[in-house]
Amino acid sequence: MPLVKGGHIIADEYVRVTDDAELPAQGAILVSETRFLAGPDALVGRAGGKLGVIWPNNRDVDDLVPYLDRLALVALVFPSFRDGRAYTQARLLRERYGYRGELRATGQVLRDQFVFMLRAGFDAFEVKKQADAEAFTETVKRYSVFYQPAGDGRISALHQRLQLRHSESAGL
Amino acid sequence: MTSPLQQKIKITGPSIVTANRTWDGAVIYRTGSKSWSDELAEAAIVRTADEARALLTEAVADDLNAIGPYIAPVEVAADGAVKPGNMREHIRLTGATIALPAQA
Amino acid sequence: MYAYDDIDRTLVNERVAEFRDQVKRRLSGELSEDEFKMLRLQNGVYLQLHAYMYRIAIPYGTLASNQLRRLAHVARRYDRGYGHFTTRQNIQFNWIKLAELPDAMADLAEVGIQSMQTSGNNMRNVTADQWAGVAPGEVEDPRIWAELLRQFTTLHPEFSFLPRKFKIAITASEHDRAAIKIHDIGLRLLKNEQGETGFEVLVGGGLGRSPFIAKTIKPFVHGHDILSYVEAILRVYNQYGRRDNIYKARIKILVHELGIEKFAAEVEEEWQQIREGVLKLDEGIVEDIRSRFFYPAYETQPAMPDELKQAAHDPKFEAWRKNSVFPHKQQGYAIAVVSLKPVGKPPGDATADQMDALADIADKYSFGEIRVGHEQNLALPHVKKRDLPAVWKALEAIGLAIPNVNLVSDIIACPGLDYCSLANARSIPIAQEITRRFANHDTANLIGRLHINISGCINACGHHHVGHIGILGVEKNNEEFYQITIGGRADEGAELGTLIGPAVPYAEVADVVEDIVEAYLALRARPEELFVDTVKRLGVEPFRERVYATR
Repeated sequence: MPLVKGGHIIADEYVRVTDDAELPAQGAILVSETRFLAGPDALVGRAGGKLGVIWPNNRDVDDLVPYLDRLALVALVFPSFRDGRAYTQARLLRERYGYRGELRATGQVLRDQFVFMLRAGFDAFEVKKQADAEAFTETVKRYSVFYQPAGDGRISALHQRLQLRHSESAGL
Repeated sequence: MTSPLQQKIKITGPSIVTANRTWDGAVIYRTGSKSWSDELAEAAIVRTADEARALLTEAVADDLNAIGPYIAPVEVAADGAVKPGNMREHIRLTGATIALPAQA
Repeated sequence: MYAYDDIDRTLVNERVAEFRDQVKRRLSGELSEDEFKMLRLQNGVYLQLHAYMYRIAIPYGTLASNQLRRLAHVARRYDRGYGHFTTRQNIQFNWIKLAELPDAMADLAEVGIQSMQTSGNNMRNVTADQWAGVAPGEVEDPRIWAELLRQFTTLHPEFSFLPRKFKIAITASEHDRAAIKIHDIGLRLLKNEQGETGFEVLVGGGLGRSPFIAKTIKPFVHGHDILSYVEAILRVYNQYGRRDNIYKARIKILVHELGIEKFAAEVEEEWQQIREGVLKLDEGIVEDIRSRFFYPAYETQPAMPDELKQAAHDPKFEAWRKNSVFPHKQQGYAIAVVSLKPVGKPPGDATADQMDALADIADKYSFGEIRVGHEQNLALPHVKKRDLPAVWKALEAIGLAIPNVNLVSDIIACPGLDYCSLANARSIPIAQEITRRFANHDTANLIGRLHINISGCINACGHHHVGHIGILGVEKNNEEFYQITIGGRADEGAELGTLIGPAVPYAEVADVVEDIVEAYLALRARPEELFVDTVKRLGVEPFRERVYATR
């Protein structure tokens, strides 16, 4: 599946390591939450390269919080495009716990969810269809205004209006 | 969501496969020549679960043109005339049982 | 009326462009039906028995005359010349073609009408008391808050893929006309001791397979905290609401399974984390929204104008006035309800011609404004009392001066098996037959207030559980049968009805309703005792005995 980051399709530097496989000595790795929780300290202390965790959407992200500053990647999961739990997890990681590493959307990631995902704080997308990945840049330009504030820091309509009003009256 | 093909197919009498047409939503019936018709008379009639499954499989594969194919019962008269087998299918074929408020 | 600004217009136009692209991708095969279904639902597009159905939002039930004319245009141009008003301040068109939908949507966008989130598992149209802003004794206009919530819930990046649909209703009057107790979140606007605006927040109401009356989760949430409080509820629901079983996915089941105390504690914990954050409203933001609502410049008018005194000699006018005209907060003005329940016709339907004519009447007599209520009727919210005779004549000319508001023939009904792909039985013909049985106005008047609600399946779009008489269509061995409940109500005293006896076949439903009404007339303590109060006083048993004795 193509990976989109920074608006471009890029090669995935992470290697997915299964729960019983040996860790490679070098390189970025991506492990399951089971493997991670079995021995988090050893994993975050690994010298060979960056660490990422695949976090399921039915487990509170609270369990991940103590390790966030040592994680380079959190991959959240959309088992179906109808299942929106990972949007909440993304916002909590970004807005409440201040996670600044890569936040990757995985699973059923389709074009028509890009804007929501971006706004919830995702910055990397494992896209199901090649055509959707190629259309990323164009798709995320679909919307230029947003009614509510969210994790992407873009201004909401409510505040935008007040600014407009303020600048109008300041100009008088 | 369970695909219609994963559900157990049980038919108790002559049946057809029906769906709605993608571009306008109109009621359509699967014919014996791998296409669709808006005439019930042109629908392929199946009488066994295996035949029904085969017709439904073929219909479901045409995701571009038809939405939500399913198997529905029909009554076949001695002269071969086909009628819907229940109220829902009767309404789908002949329209609402009430007078519409306006006809534009 | 809330006047759109450039931001609102841009958003709606961008939505139309997005949907146009999605339809194109569906018709070219780029999107499968499975993928497209959710996208079309999020734009109000269902597939029903005969065609696609298009559901359009009328936020808090307020419509401008130019908007109503545009709905008439869509009915004519893209549909079959009529529309159906629903119980949630929406209008539906039944025959629209997918290929033409983006054009219809664009036509509506030009006048600030949209269909975002009118179906799908997201936050639906925020509804409000249909007399908001004009009802006497109202605490304040709840539509300001409904609009704030509308904006907050529209295309929300976190809550557009909830376990199930989510409905919010709001009222600011003692008498609840918005049915807040059967909503996922019900908000009752009130003032605290310091005179500050806030809300009693109710949660977990809903009908369907497992009906629940909403419970109070917090007796007072300050107005400036309302968005963060709603966000906290939604966040708890999005994480913990059930996704394994569609019939257990609504928030009412989560509230029921956790218990209201535990659920409230979860929400409180979440809310404490976010209440001082970006969602906190300040007076400037609220005022900005308020400033874009239209309030008419009322004139000083007599409380009892001569025109009204003279018209009182006409018994037909009087029958309509007594039944359809309600007090207004402004002296000399009235609210005129326009019943969409003519005898023998489908409840809640209006033709394009009627919509156009009503828009003209609204321009002439009601500051160009029309309201849509959950009983599937319309209203002219600012009519000078002296204009009432003229309004009546104008309504009479288009077949809409029907004096049956709140009477037995003012029936709420879902589209049922005549249109709906979920239905098990027909609703509309049942409603039509009942209205014929009670066509005599004097009889209906003698019976008094009586709400009959009809649903064609357990999903309860016709709110049968909360009808004074509720009728639910079920299928038994390929035949249409109907379960009948009595004693339900949807207002501030909301209650679920009780089953009166075994289900009856299609042909007997109207007879049973007549028998129930006869039993009521015999059992009521005095003429003023409403049907629903007699049921409350006596219980179901005496009704059951009388109705089923001969069956």
